Amino acid sequence: MNVGYVELAIGSILISNLVLAKFLGLCPFFGVSRRTSDAVGMGLAVVFVMSIASAATALIYRHLLLPTTPEHTNLLGALGLPVPEGGYVLILKTISYILVIAVLVQFVEMVLRKTVPTLYRALGIYLPLITTNCAVMGIALLNTEAWRDPANGLPVHLATFNGFCGGVGFLVAMLLMSGIRERLAELPVPKAFKDLPIAFISGGLMALAFMGFANLFGIAV
Amino acid sequence: MGLLKDFTDKPIKHNPVFVLALGLCPTLAVTTSLKNGVAMAAAATAVLVCANLLISLVRRFIPNQIRIACYIVIIAGFVTMVEIVMRAIAPAAINEALGIFIPLIVVNCIILGRAEAFASRHGPASSLMDGLGIGVGFLLALVAISLVREVLGAGTLWGYRLTPIRVGDTTLVPEVEPIAVIGMAPGAFIVIGLLFGLFHWMGNRRREAARAAAVPAVPRVARDFPKKPVGKPTASAEGAGA
Repeated sequence: MNVGYVELAIGSILISNLVLAKFLGLCPFFGVSRRTSDAVGMGLAVVFVMSIASAATALIYRHLLLPTTPEHTNLLGALGLPVPEGGYVLILKTISYILVIAVLVQFVEMVLRKTVPTLYRALGIYLPLITTNCAVMGIALLNTEAWRDPANGLPVHLATFNGFCGGVGFLVAMLLMSGIRERLAELPVPKAFKDLPIAFISGGLMALAFMGFANLFGIAV
Repeated sequence: MGLLKDFTDKPIKHNPVFVLALGLCPTLAVTTSLKNGVAMAAAATAVLVCANLLISLVRRFIPNQIRIACYIVIIAGFVTMVEIVMRAIAPAAINEALGIFIPLIVVNCIILGRAEAFASRHGPASSLMDGLGIGVGFLLALVAISLVREVLGAGTLWGYRLTPIRVGDTTLVPEVEPIAVIGMAPGAFIVIGLLFGLFHWMGNRRREAARAAAVPAVPRVARDFPKKPVGKPTASAEGAGA
């Protein structure tokens, strides 16, 4: 179950792009892609939050939710607290992930406002929207419970990297989509297809193009 | 009467997918077959109804500043329950197909949106009806999309093959090769785009019909005089020039 950085990067950005192949983060993909500047801001904010959230959720998965194995220890078990047979994965996964993501987003917002005001001004308005961006929660699940090896999940450093790559894949898709939509806004689209419907169809053609990356370098995802 | 309206308003006029454009991720991801679509809609509706009811019951005890966090925790609790129930009662194939989209109900904007926009301001009975109405709307949207995608993309309906059609020994309709791409990712985007367009087109037509009915009859005198004689010569001059 060893994977390398290059395999993860190509897999998450091109072959199974979060938006175009895995259907995650579609609300911002269609909601914030009317202007390129907005799309880039949203994309960068997602890259940032997704990397941190992936690290945090991978830590939680391996050290709080899963039972102790030779590869990792459950901290609750180490403290002498009871841990059920299958760990706490089924009952606490959803609630712990969403809470951690919500707290992280709030925290990142506060830290950015204090330390890097310029970056905060650029990303600030997109940050609160990210809590309910299913791409962040989605990649957390894909890194842990839905990974090929759910008994261990991805190790923390690889999960962080995969979160970063997923964010980059999202950014790439947003950038392409916003370019297309800026052109579409000036074209004579039939009235019923203005805005959202034609954006969906363009997204479909983009997804079709991205299917060409399937099995690139023999990497199967 | 008011309660009934809370329900009947929702499925078409406030359809969560085609009018409000919310909850798009599961809408695209799980609609490869009718069974998956119905299972997804049932799971989401169960969470929506329970969350709406509970949030409206406790809405007076939740401090305003942390209301979103409280809603998320309540929703996450119900999502976990639904996930456990789904594992117990739904067939393995459906659980496989829905995969991470069951826990992802927690970040479905339909549910948080209804909590914030409706349940936090209305009584339990109204909120229950609102949840049911929106849930039926979600179900209708998923059924419409997955019907098209299953029939065209897999050539089946509720898992039964549609072609070839045979009566005794004679073949009425030969076996038709399905359009595989409709069942894959690009097909999802394109089918939903086309259905969205259809929905807009019907909405536009209804609005135009309503406007035409609302316009008062023009008095005869006004109709007999052409309104803007100035615009005409310019247009014809341009036409002649070209």
